[in-house]
Amino acid sequence: MSARYLGQRLLQAIVTIAAIVLLNFLLFRLMPGSPERILLRNPNLSQQVVEATRARWGLDKPLIPDQLVSYIGSTLEGDLGYSFKFRGQPVTSVIADRVGPTLLLVGLGELISVFVGIAIGAYAGWRRGGVVDRVGSGVSLVLYSMPYFVIGMPLIVIFAAGLGWFPTSGMTSVGGGDRPFPDNIIDLARHLALPLATVSLGLIGQYSILMRSAIIETRSEDYITTARAKGLRDGRVLRAHAFPNAMLPMVTLIAINLGYVIGGAITAEIVFSWPGLGTLTVTALQSRDYPVLQGIFLLVAVSVVLANLAADIIYGLLDPRVRR
Amino acid sequence: MTAEIRGRRQWPLPKQADPAAPLLRVNNLQTHFQLGRGWVKAVDGVSFGLDDGEALGLVGESGCGKTTTALSLVRLLPSNGRIRGGSVELFGIDLVPKTDRQLDRYRWREISIVFQGAMNALNPVVQVRRQIAEPVQYRLNQSESASLKRADELLDMVGIPSRRLGAYPHELSGGMRQRAMIAMALACDPAIVIGDEPTTALDAMVQAQILVLLEQLRRDLGLSLILITHDLSVVAETCDRVLVMYAGRVAEEGPVSRVFTEPRHPYTRKLLGAFPNIRSDRRTLETIPGEPPDLVNPPAGCRFAPRCAQAMPVCAGTLPPEVSFDDGVRVACHLFGTTA
Repeated sequence: MSARYLGQRLLQAIVTIAAIVLLNFLLFRLMPGSPERILLRNPNLSQQVVEATRARWGLDKPLIPDQLVSYIGSTLEGDLGYSFKFRGQPVTSVIADRVGPTLLLVGLGELISVFVGIAIGAYAGWRRGGVVDRVGSGVSLVLYSMPYFVIGMPLIVIFAAGLGWFPTSGMTSVGGGDRPFPDNIIDLARHLALPLATVSLGLIGQYSILMRSAIIETRSEDYITTARAKGLRDGRVLRAHAFPNAMLPMVTLIAINLGYVIGGAITAEIVFSWPGLGTLTVTALQSRDYPVLQGIFLLVAVSVVLANLAADIIYGLLDPRVRR
Repeated sequence: MTAEIRGRRQWPLPKQADPAAPLLRVNNLQTHFQLGRGWVKAVDGVSFGLDDGEALGLVGESGCGKTTTALSLVRLLPSNGRIRGGSVELFGIDLVPKTDRQLDRYRWREISIVFQGAMNALNPVVQVRRQIAEPVQYRLNQSESASLKRADELLDMVGIPSRRLGAYPHELSGGMRQRAMIAMALACDPAIVIGDEPTTALDAMVQAQILVLLEQLRRDLGLSLILITHDLSVVAETCDRVLVMYAGRVAEEGPVSRVFTEPRHPYTRKLLGAFPNIRSDRRTLETIPGEPPDLVNPPAGCRFAPRCAQAMPVCAGTLPPEVSFDDGVRVACHLFGTTA
């Protein structure tokens, strides 16, 4: 991969992030509802108090340029402002508290489903029409087409409410996080099991379906016939020739999904009351918490852009044709 | 000739081989493809032989079954293809009843293939020298470094400069890729190399270079060559014998010098007439009216009869038997039914 290719990708990423910052600012100000009403929570306040509050939070100044300039300035300094809802707390710390649980849930889910989904998809595509293909592709399609809450709710009904094997919601039992060493991990794992299964199942469906079609496409390529003509074992033809080529389109997809990891699987987090970025987004939306919403959207957008940058770099390493 | 060429082998003959048996004898080969409406009889009763060091040209129009015939030898057929009859005897071993796993022993080590348009026949994400080294490492169980060394020697042998050793397929020109493909075909020192239109996608100069290379390698290494092409001039230049196919059957077969100077089958005559000759001042080429028959339900008699100017009543109802002549030519045509 040349420095020029890398430089182009980097420049592209920077321009995109700049556009995102601008859009991020405007988008939430176009939303109906006013923050001071929610801040004060009292419909019977005098106009004077409302005005004073607006002035204190800088809401009386014009959107452009004053509010925009101060927004960009402080964003560059790493200051995302203070939450309206969680009074006094900086947005950065509100978000930082929620990043860990989301990374744990969705990150682990991605990891599991990348391996399992690609393995199932590759095998199903290679042995098209076989048992794994027929059963696996059917199940995958059903999982892929179901939103997380549709996968999650039956799991709660059966394994939490019915069998009572796992807790229904949350990340820890009351005081569970403070227990001595293996107990706190076990407590976390019991809470993690169902939401993780939900996220993984949905992603496995997606990855296996796409990997299957990528493998089927490469299977009919001439170089596969060449590999067979060489008298190589079937497994070697798959591993050394079909798989690396089928992975090319998968890399982009996985990287883009990784970008969304940080945004959390909103519906999965809501169903299981998982204290991650997804639930935070919903709370912030409900309370018109502009600074927190901006912070979350900025974080998600920047991670998608960075994940795409990573995809371009990995793609460049895997496919010699883009290395120039 | 045979003993001398087999003496040069770097690797022993397959265990079941009969050292006295001819190199390749194909008898009454029938390869059919299953379609929704029935079996396409793409190859239907083809017989031919190939001796050590010999070059055989397989010619005929598109869809006549020449590639299917060649790929049937090591059963590289699409999933709906079946060999439904006949035998393929290599050193006296019939390959048709072998399982795929058993057949792997013969693929590439005995019969290798130079595919047409080497762009897609080479894996785009693997270095060319690694693709050449692969059969050496995995089929001959050589170490990785020994395999790569062998690959580099082969690339040198086909005239690819050593500074291009680390190249990927897209970094090479069409001619270079075809050379690399030839190097790959030679990796396990095979007895037979099948060239599936190896020069089709190349311009005339490069085409000539590739043919000279093949000819030189055949002489130096004692290879036997099956050259599939629709370019009759390529056959005239490089082959000892030619097999003309029509609609899945042999029309005519014999020494190139005989068949091209004195074509007997009406189809061969038409085929030679349809080929432009640079030295003739004729401006229009002959064409053959009509189109090849539907191979799901081929005509009962001679398959060329519907398009043949010399067709007789017998042609429509009875398959013409193959008739052999003293000069080594064999023809399947009712015109010659009584002269033999």
